[in-house]
Amino acid sequence: MTVTHEDELQEQFDATIARHDRIEPRDWMPEGYRKTLVRQIAQHAHSEIIGMQPEGNWITRAPSLRRKAILLAKVQDEAGHGLYLYSATETLGASRRELTDMLISGKQKYSSIFNYPTLSYADVGTIGWLVDGAAICNQVPLCRTSYGPYGRAMIRICKEESFHQRQGFELLMTMMRGTDEQRAMVQESVDRFWWPALMMFGPPDADSPNTAQSMAWGIKRDTNDELRQKFVDMSVPQAEVLGVTLPDPELRWNDERGHYDFGQPDWEEFAQVVRGAGPCNTQRIAHRKRAHDDGAWVREAATAFAAREI
Amino acid sequence: MTEIEWPLYEVFVRGKRGLNHVHVGSLHAADDEMAVRHARDVYTRRNEGVSIWVVRADAITASSPDEKDPLFAPAGDKVYRHPTFYSIPDDVPHM
Ligand SMILES: [Fe+2]
Ligand SMILES: [Fe+2]
Repeated sequence: MTVTHEDELQEQFDATIARHDRIEPRDWMPEGYRKTLVRQIAQHAHSEIIGMQPEGNWITRAPSLRRKAILLAKVQDEAGHGLYLYSATETLGASRRELTDMLISGKQKYSSIFNYPTLSYADVGTIGWLVDGAAICNQVPLCRTSYGPYGRAMIRICKEESFHQRQGFELLMTMMRGTDEQRAMVQESVDRFWWPALMMFGPPDADSPNTAQSMAWGIKRDTNDELRQKFVDMSVPQAEVLGVTLPDPELRWNDERGHYDFGQPDWEEFAQVVRGAGPCNTQRIAHRKRAHDDGAWVREAATAFAAREI
Repeated sequence: MTEIEWPLYEVFVRGKRGLNHVHVGSLHAADDEMAVRHARDVYTRRNEGVSIWVVRADAITASSPDEKDPLFAPAGDKVYRHPTFYSIPDDVPHM
């Protein structure tokens, strides 16, 4: 390929991005753009897959058949989200096997939130409300991301997420209308999940060196801090309706800014969890590996059966 | 033992009667029948479709990469194929 030709391709790529048009799989793209997308979409896919575990933990102990059916459907959706996103990653030339290996070997990350344990049934509600809520904040702008297959996957996902958030909120509302003990369970759960939920938006903008490039490429649409602010502004009135207290003494309305002021999460803890030293990191990966290994004979048998059919 | 990877299938769903099948994504399956079953579970959990097509990704022939492909060039300079090419007075009815 001549230099001139490459320049021309780069120009076409830049022009597509500048028009807010979409890049499609077989278009020429800069290597950095492709790599960034593979890393981001794969990490997102892994998060959906690992994200089944904390809630899956409660399926067999759901308090009613109704709650059990809802939780099963929700967890199944998360599997679906993982598959939509793996499918998008594969359009960039990554193979599914590679992606699974990268997750199991720890070479690619997933959202730190799923390394926290689900200690009570109220956590199912809190995760739906806060964790899926934060995910929605992150994901809605990604529906307009510059890479076509990623944006289309996000549109499907966002449609399903609102069920996730609403079932969680309704679960918490039901508990808040119950006994003192149930209300205490909800508060305790919110106390544990509030800060990790704020961490889901990633480090503060000042410590997020890749944001500028991602925004220039139209992959990201908002900075981490902008999204975190939006999430806090949305959550405070919802917490009031529920009657729970968000565990942040600095949380108050700022008339001048037209936003809530809030405290900073413990970024040292965040770094630790990302490094692999969170409460459940080892358990989550071990479980994923076991599920994959246990499925090996099924993959083999189905392949043998398919070969015989031909 | 080397890991087996099931082939990749592209999935097309007809949203409802009267519409075309539309590409919705892809998945892996050992064979065609499994691909249809997986497609139902992955892409139509909420009545998104009344019919599913799956086709192995390696069986698809595509026009070449770029949208500026010469394949589409013949359509580019034939503006007379569009109704707006023809100016007709506003007072002509039903046009
Ligand atoms: Fe999800
Ligand atoms: Fe969700």
